Amino acid sequence: MLHTVNKSPFESSSLKTCLSLAKSGSDVLLIEDGVYGALSGSAHTALLTEALGQVRVYALGPDLKARGLSEDKLIPGIKVVGYDGFVELACANDKIQNWL
Amino acid sequence: MAFELNGKTYETDEEGYLANLSDWDNDVAAYMAKEDDCDLDENHWEVINFLREYYDEYQIAPAVRVLTKAIGKKLGKDKGNSKYLYELFPYGPAKQACKYAGLPKPTGCV
Amino acid sequence: MSEAKKFMYINRHAPCGTVYGVEGLEVVLISAAFEQDICMAFIGDGVFQLKQNQDTADTGMKNFSPAYRALGDYEVNRLYVEHESLEERGLTEDDLMPLTWEDEDDDWAEKPSIYIVDRAQLSDLIEEQDIILNF
Repeated sequence: MLHTVNKSPFESSSLKTCLSLAKSGSDVLLIEDGVYGALSGSAHTALLTEALGQVRVYALGPDLKARGLSEDKLIPGIKVVGYDGFVELACANDKIQNWL
Repeated sequence: MAFELNGKTYETDEEGYLANLSDWDNDVAAYMAKEDDCDLDENHWEVINFLREYYDEYQIAPAVRVLTKAIGKKLGKDKGNSKYLYELFPYGPAKQACKYAGLPKPTGCV
Repeated sequence: MSEAKKFMYINRHAPCGTVYGVEGLEVVLISAAFEQDICMAFIGDGVFQLKQNQDTADTGMKNFSPAYRALGDYEVNRLYVEHESLEERGLTEDDLMPLTWEDEDDDWAEKPSIYIVDRAQLSDLIEEQDIILNF
C-alpha cells in the first residue's frame, strides 16, 4: 500500500499515526508540508529513522524545493522523487491511503 | 475583462490591471497609458522600468511611500518625492505606474 | 495621529501548505503604511517562512518568500525567531534568509532584521505589545 502524508509532523499527528499503522513493506510518500518530516536533526527524525527499517520513505522533490529544503538536509535513506515518481508509486501499489 | 492590441487579447482584472505579468511589453504599457490620455515619456518609463525590476526582485508591487523612498535612493532626491511622481502619474504613482508596468495593484493600496 | 501602538504579528505556519503566511505578510505590508511600531515573531512551523532558497517554480505556485526581503523598505525591521522552534526542526540561523534593512539615519548602513530569541525572551516581548495578531 502507498501512504501519503501532506501535513507537517510539527503541526499534526498524521505522520506518527501513518507510521504506526503502515504495514512492513509499505511505501510512504511525503508531499506538501509533509516533506518537513524528512528533515534530519529535527525532533521527529528518530521516529522516521526507526520506520525506515520497515517501510520505504519517499519525499516529493518539487515540494522540498518549494520549501528551500535541499537533499543534504534530509534523513539518509529517504528517496526523493518527482511527479513522475509519484505516479509510478501510485501505479505500483494496489491501494492508496492519504493521511490528510 | 480584456482588451485587444495588435491582434492579441489581454486579460485584465476589473480595474484594468493585467492578469498575466508575462503578457506585458512596451506596447501594452503605451496602450494602457493612452487609454488614460497619458503619453509616456522617458521619465514615465524610468519609473515603470524601476517597478518591473522591483517586482522581479521582491514579488510585490511597492506601496507609494516605499516607491518614493526607493526611487529617491536610485534616481536622486529630485525624483524621489511625491510632487514629482504625482505630476508624472496623477492617478497615484504606485497605482497608475504599476498598472502600466503590468503589475498587480500595490499591496496596501485601497 | 495618536501615538503609535506596538504591533506584533505572530506567524506559526509553514509557507506553502496554507495561506496563513502570505495573508499575514500582506496584512503586515498594509499596516506598515499606518506608521505603527511593527515587529514580527516566527514560532513553530512559522520559522520555515524564513527558510532560504525557497523555489516554487516546479509546483506552479507563486513564491512569495522574496517579499520578506522588502520588509526593510516598509520599516518592519525586527523579526524575532524562536530559537527552540529552529532547534526542534534541525535548523540554525544559517538556514534562514539573511534579511536586512537600511538605516537612513546612519548613511543607509545595512543592519540585520532577524533576531534569534529564546522562549523566555519571546514571552517578554509578547507581553510588551499593545496588539498581537496571529497568522
